[in-house]
Amino acid sequence: MTAIPARPALFEYAPAAESRSIVALRPRYGLFVDGEFTEGTGTPLKTLNPATEEVLAEVSTGSDADVDRAVRAARRAFTRVWGPMRPADRGKYLFRIARLLQERAREFAVLETLDNGKPIRESRDVDVPLAAAHFFYHAGWADKLVHAGLGPAPRPLGVAGQVIPWNFPLLMLAWKIAPALATGNTVVLKPAETTPLTALLFAEVCQQADLPPGVVNIVTGAGDTGRAVVAHPDVDKVAFTGSTEVGQSIARAVAGTHKRLTLELGGKAANIVFDDAPIDQAVEGIVRGIFFNQGHVCCAGSRLLVQESVHDEVVASLQRRIGTLRVGDPLDKNTDLGAVNSHSQLARIRELVAVGEAEGATCWQPEGELPGRGYWFKPTVFTDVSPAHRIARDEVFGPVLSVLTFRTPDEAVAKANNTTYGLSAGVWSEKGSRILSITSKLRAGVVWANTFNELDPTSPFGGYKQSGYGREGGRQGLAAYLQGDNQ
Amino acid sequence: MTHVLDPDALSRGGRPLPAPLDPFADVTRSDAAVRAFLHGLPGVDQVGAEARATVLGTRSIKTTAKAWAIDTAISMVDLTTLEGSDTPGRVRSLAAKARRPDPDDLTCPPVAAVCVYGDLAGIAKEALSGTGINVAAVATAFPSGRASRAVKLADVGDAVANGADEIDMVIDRGAFLSGRYLDVFEEIVAVKEACGEAHLKVILETGELVTLDNVRRASWLAMLAGGDFIKTSTGKVAPAATLPVCLVMLEAVRDFRAATGRQVGVKPAGGIRTTKDAVKHLVLINETVGADWLSPRWFRFGASGLLNDLLLQRQKLRTGHYSGPDHVSVD
Amino acid sequence: MSDRLAVRKTYKLYLGGAFPRSESGRTYEVTDAKGHFLANAARASRKDARDAVVAARGAVATWSGATAYNRGQVLYRVAEVMEGRAAQIAEEVAAGEGLSATRARAAVDAAIDRWVWYAGWTDKLAAVLGSSNPVAGPYFGFSLPEPTGVVAVLAPQRSSLLGLVSVLGPVLAGGNTAVVVTSKERPLPAVTLGEVLATSDVPGGVVNLLTGDAAEIGPWLAEHADVDGIDLAGASGPLAMELERSAAGTVKRVLRAPAEEPDWTADPGLARMTPFLETKSVWHPMGW
Repeated sequence: MTAIPARPALFEYAPAAESRSIVALRPRYGLFVDGEFTEGTGTPLKTLNPATEEVLAEVSTGSDADVDRAVRAARRAFTRVWGPMRPADRGKYLFRIARLLQERAREFAVLETLDNGKPIRESRDVDVPLAAAHFFYHAGWADKLVHAGLGPAPRPLGVAGQVIPWNFPLLMLAWKIAPALATGNTVVLKPAETTPLTALLFAEVCQQADLPPGVVNIVTGAGDTGRAVVAHPDVDKVAFTGSTEVGQSIARAVAGTHKRLTLELGGKAANIVFDDAPIDQAVEGIVRGIFFNQGHVCCAGSRLLVQESVHDEVVASLQRRIGTLRVGDPLDKNTDLGAVNSHSQLARIRELVAVGEAEGATCWQPEGELPGRGYWFKPTVFTDVSPAHRIARDEVFGPVLSVLTFRTPDEAVAKANNTTYGLSAGVWSEKGSRILSITSKLRAGVVWANTFNELDPTSPFGGYKQSGYGREGGRQGLAAYLQGDNQ
Repeated sequence: MTHVLDPDALSRGGRPLPAPLDPFADVTRSDAAVRAFLHGLPGVDQVGAEARATVLGTRSIKTTAKAWAIDTAISMVDLTTLEGSDTPGRVRSLAAKARRPDPDDLTCPPVAAVCVYGDLAGIAKEALSGTGINVAAVATAFPSGRASRAVKLADVGDAVANGADEIDMVIDRGAFLSGRYLDVFEEIVAVKEACGEAHLKVILETGELVTLDNVRRASWLAMLAGGDFIKTSTGKVAPAATLPVCLVMLEAVRDFRAATGRQVGVKPAGGIRTTKDAVKHLVLINETVGADWLSPRWFRFGASGLLNDLLLQRQKLRTGHYSGPDHVSVD
Repeated sequence: MSDRLAVRKTYKLYLGGAFPRSESGRTYEVTDAKGHFLANAARASRKDARDAVVAARGAVATWSGATAYNRGQVLYRVAEVMEGRAAQIAEEVAAGEGLSATRARAAVDAAIDRWVWYAGWTDKLAAVLGSSNPVAGPYFGFSLPEPTGVVAVLAPQRSSLLGLVSVLGPVLAGGNTAVVVTSKERPLPAVTLGEVLATSDVPGGVVNLLTGDAAEIGPWLAEHADVDGIDLAGASGPLAMELERSAAGTVKRVLRAPAEEPDWTADPGLARMTPFLETKSVWHPMGW
């Protein structure tokens, strides 16, 4: 019929790397305190590209004295400038920041991918646009707080100390800084030690926006710096996103103080698939649930609960679909699965996968090779998992899915809720009544019905049980940064 | 460059392949049975399907991949003219373009078929004689399908007699939407029989079926009835081919082959005008059903204007500069 | 005055809908404000606390699963029954807090009114605290408040009834179940409240009242893995800090105590309800 062979090879996509020339990496980065970049007095750290193990830059770290300097700057800014400012003007600054993030979106996306290892498709289409959206959303709240249902005269708390994780560095920054600033607080934020670069680029955005000095302070460093932020006596509010273990220690640290605390911690979300689910979309949702961001997602759907009658069909479809995932260079625009963020996280994933195999679950991974350098882990599915297995209970924080089964709706709910976590859950069924019933019985702060891992600044996000407390986003999220009659 | 972890993931399929139609031999024994079967297929969540199509639409196809995609797409085109004003002259002119889409570049592949009304099939057949390019003819009271079955079958018979290699029929959407699935099924079976050796493409007219659930059900109905291809649209109803619709149809042919062992082709038609659209469809095939469908034997584009855009992009890749409309022939 | 010899009440725990003595067999002497003997109250042990948590957990499904309207009616019924026993409760408040009869009665009236106030909240919280979320995509999103679960309440030490009602009412209105450690020295109105609850359609286990020492029982509740939240109202400074630290181990929701016991007659707002409410956000696509 034609010159094209009847059965061609798989359509191979040529490399389509996003150019990194848009990012001007500096060899050294300092802290951002009181509107200026300054050297930290702690031991500098090196931040790597986890896809290549290449050192991207050396970054100052904040000592106790640096943190103290930052908190003082934040206090000064709160007392003299940001607190007294007309709320509408605070809002305008946040609108400016939102626009600047949009204008420099490509730069942020490339830098995030370099520093974190996540696919450029995700940093470009999810992280950065959502970060900008978060500022845009909260900008509008700044002069409408009296209408937020938090009392007639809600007041800011003062200085917020914020510690964020490495999985969504810029987005978590936005989740922390946008509501704090909109409500009239000033912040000292500590980015994760493995992903400090977009926070420091954000500091440039603050400068471009002419944000008054001291309103936003970025203090880079590791656990000690974070502890100093949390422990500083002049911090009025602590917000933390990260592991449950660290969250517990922070809660202990602020016990007996005046500091208000919100925690967004780990998860082990159930993704429940009923036999009447839209199977093709459910399979997409399972993939999105556990392989989005290499599974470095606190709300990841890491426990697939599938009705026994469709177990084989769903697992077969899932394995076929996983075989099409494109793994490799995070800067390639066609990459679906990027690099694991750090050597230590890779070790943790390997350890838990080894435990899963030792416990007798069946481990499946697609064929194929992973890149030779950098930190990589194949998408992994465990079947024959029992609720007693550690891979069904512990947060892996990697591309590892555990498949369990159920027979009836009540069994599904019981198994889904059988965890100390309660951040998120998913349910797939075409029966509306069942969706609403299951949704109301799941003990989780976010329930995605017939979808998964959707985020939006208007939708409050946060956990039940040991996944933390307090909400981020929406009207409800403002409460964490205000004192009023209802707080 | 990123790579797919398991290149054979899609072609391997999930299940053993039984004899054709075997598992479904009894599902068309009655109206109730066919209804129960079609409504027992998994539902399609529209938002999820659209989201998946959107993500695949962001794939970046560059350089060598793009060149391959353009030539593959050209080879899949059913170059179409379906106007009341069609004449033998116009059909001959189209046939000439089909044989040699880019007269300045002999490396450009020919298209798969020329698609015309049945009365002009003979003209097309003669003009394409010896080229290997098929003649496709629309039939069954295209595009509305509103005629008695006898008239529709006569329409098919006429086209086949005129030399059509492929028949593009329309389903009775009225019957489908009012739940008379068995009527639709029987009509397709009858048309298939009337086709003789000709390949049958079954047009679902998805723009009138509206929901993706209906698209999946109609796809299965057409496959059960023996259609060789399922085709989205007549091109006369908007919306015509969309990525989510094509995604659902690809899932249907994938699942049908897994269950019966019989492979059915897919033809989006109408509304695909740009190289970008065509490449998105190829990506959709690649990541939904795999390489088995990446040939004109199993995938076609029903289009007229698309070919010129593919040619312009092809010239751009070849020469390194942008081309213009006067550098490809008007149809 | 009649010369009839009064029949005195035995003050026991209220646990799982029943009135047991402490499993430990311990009691302690409760006196009035002037130090005169009033009664021997059960001195709850850590095992009583453990049993109370089991009872409270067992009641979560029933109480949180009831309609908000139903919970409101049940709570309102409590106020009705309190009103009928107001005189008795006022005597206990007067004796324990050393108030005049008039001021004690005013405290009881305020407590009943406070209870009614919270009864009316059950079916309004979702409207006031919930939301429809206009997300940027083809999804319907909404957020609803849901009860945290089992809440340990260390009741105020001074205000034996109004204070107690002011901390228990919000926990119940939100749909939680409660394990309450009463005022240590002024426990009698709480026990009588238990009798009111037992005769007011409140399912057994929804409220469990432990008389005794918050310093003894509090740590067990703060560390208990099946307690979801703790109200420290009745804990003093160092104890409150210790309990908050303990509660951190299981990420409990902690409602801190102010340095001084507040004026319980003030308008409470939502401030005691929101700490024991979770927000659940739900997404569903909108398609054909």
